[in-house]
Amino acid sequence: MKDTPGGVRVPLALSHQTLSGIPVEPVYGPEAVSPDLVHPPGEFPYVRGIHRDMYRGRLWTMRQFSGFATPEETNARYHYLLEQGQTGLSVAFDLPTLMGYDADHPNSLGEVGKCGVSICSLEDMETLFRGIPLGDVSVSMTINSPANVIWAMYLAVAEKQGVPYDKLAGTLQNDILKEFIAQKEYIYPPRPSMRLVTDTIEFATRYVPRYNPVSISGYHIREAGSTAVQELAFTLRDGIEYVDWAVARGLNVDEFAPRLSFFFNAHNDFFEEIAKYRAARKIWAELMRNRYGARDERSWKLRFHTQTAGCSLTWQQPYNNVVRTALQALAAVLGGTQSLHTNSLDEAYALPSEHAVTLALRTQQIIAHESNVASVADPLGGSYYLEALTAEIERRALDYIHRIDQMGGMIPAIERNFPQSEIADASFDYQQRIERDDQIIVGVNRYQSSSGEQIELLQIDRTAEQTQCEKVAALRRRRDRARVDAALNRLSQAAGGDQNTMPFLLDAVRVYATVGEICDTLRGVFGTYQETSVL
Amino acid sequence: MDKRIRVLVAKAGLDGHDRGAKVIARALRDAGMEVIYTGLRQTPEMIVNAALQEDVQVIGLSILSGAHNAIVPRVMQLLREKGMDDVLVLVGGIVPDEDAALLKQNQGVAGVFQPGASLDGIVQFIRSSLERTA
Repeated sequence: MKDTPGGVRVPLALSHQTLSGIPVEPVYGPEAVSPDLVHPPGEFPYVRGIHRDMYRGRLWTMRQFSGFATPEETNARYHYLLEQGQTGLSVAFDLPTLMGYDADHPNSLGEVGKCGVSICSLEDMETLFRGIPLGDVSVSMTINSPANVIWAMYLAVAEKQGVPYDKLAGTLQNDILKEFIAQKEYIYPPRPSMRLVTDTIEFATRYVPRYNPVSISGYHIREAGSTAVQELAFTLRDGIEYVDWAVARGLNVDEFAPRLSFFFNAHNDFFEEIAKYRAARKIWAELMRNRYGARDERSWKLRFHTQTAGCSLTWQQPYNNVVRTALQALAAVLGGTQSLHTNSLDEAYALPSEHAVTLALRTQQIIAHESNVASVADPLGGSYYLEALTAEIERRALDYIHRIDQMGGMIPAIERNFPQSEIADASFDYQQRIERDDQIIVGVNRYQSSSGEQIELLQIDRTAEQTQCEKVAALRRRRDRARVDAALNRLSQAAGGDQNTMPFLLDAVRVYATVGEICDTLRGVFGTYQETSVL
Repeated sequence: MDKRIRVLVAKAGLDGHDRGAKVIARALRDAGMEVIYTGLRQTPEMIVNAALQEDVQVIGLSILSGAHNAIVPRVMQLLREKGMDDVLVLVGGIVPDEDAALLKQNQGVAGVFQPGASLDGIVQFIRSSLERTA
């Protein structure tokens, strides 16, 4: 199918559609230009960006997602990254932590420290941030179902460092809806999960005002195989759901909306991605002003982090991934991202090596300081093609949002498997296009080479699992068991009632209750969730 | 009459990234096979029990988290204990070359499919492997 006999190849026709299947014309003209363009960057509805002077005022934050093995090893990597000029930290947790199990739980076997750092207790968090002043370095934490537990530990570390809560900056991912939709790292059912997220939003609003309590994420939706339009639409509709719950809690929209942040993917289709970011800003600004009556302009501004597309990286010819990542990162910058993670060339294989992650960071630094693209806000604004694509993506995303509204919101939509099925269909369609050679992946279904490129991979220390198991066992022997039990009892009562759980979580982590114990306590109150899988 | 090939597609371990498992399951179904998808977070015990109950000839394990060296040997051991050595076991996901070789040589895994493997290739592999053992 792929190679004709003798290696003769028919020249390839270029695609007549975007990566997400939006038809594209050979050329665009002035009829495509939107009336929104009279609004410069920094003005509603912010199609062209949320700041008038964009990156001249402040460059995007270069934030490489990182974590592996033990807190000791990850702490060393953080010190290295900060020395290399990285400007914020982003913590990757391992699967047991993400699923609310301690390292020595039977389900953790073989998974400890593999996909991120293992955190069992406050003791591990103290080690993770040793020598890192939390008042100066912003910290993003990619965790969802146990996000409240991990955030309580982070706040407790800040207390020990003597840093007041209002000096803390960073982002908690804490986006449970996209877990039900795409990444599937959920513990409790949707409604109690939403209540816990709302607890964190309320607590942040009152006490940790510079911290973003939720990062409403399209990244994982895209990685699960969605189109760009689905990524945008489902993410913004998730955002609506969080706003609805926080408003129902009694918060004024302008109290918390300025601290909602977003997280998008940067995939291969250069213009489609830039158009997606521009449409995202416009839809969100209009939703916040018109649907929720937000009056503070900070509530209207969609701020977002971007990560280049992990799913676009190939196992074959891994050095090609450097080029893919550079193009994707450029799209994110031209689309006005506030922070950026560039993937490393070896990430189709493993967590990145120090060499590979440095090259990925250098890619951002070259875009920032050598290409000169950051000097002008929305430099592609007015491009006939880009404007037409922005309008088309907006139209298609709004259509999805209205359909989900009609289902009664995102939770009923999730319960009837609507976003999950849409994504499964899109990902199957994409794979079929690759199989048919309608979609070319260089090095995979075209331009293959037989000589393997050898790259050096990060080896996760096989003793990490044992070390973490021994540490948590020793902690359990050392701490005051009666105080732990009392704190967990109070947490259980608060969770069963309608109090905000955050103060009770803080009390539990301060006496070194573990992630597993706290999540088990909440499992006892809320139960667990099992999805009905759709193919 | 030809009996349809029965395949259990299983998502083992804690990882929830099910894009690959779902795509494979659909492709095998479209190729005329009977596909049972376990859903997420299956332990080796759950997988082997499902394989027994569903009387499958093939198990496809999807593992992207790096836990394959812990999960696959346990699945193979349970299969042997239950006298199900004839079940064809395939592993798909992020499995380094050295590990893939060991899983095949030491554990008896029939095939390991890494990122970029073609769906058609997997279908052909299953058909030809079952023909050989039939």
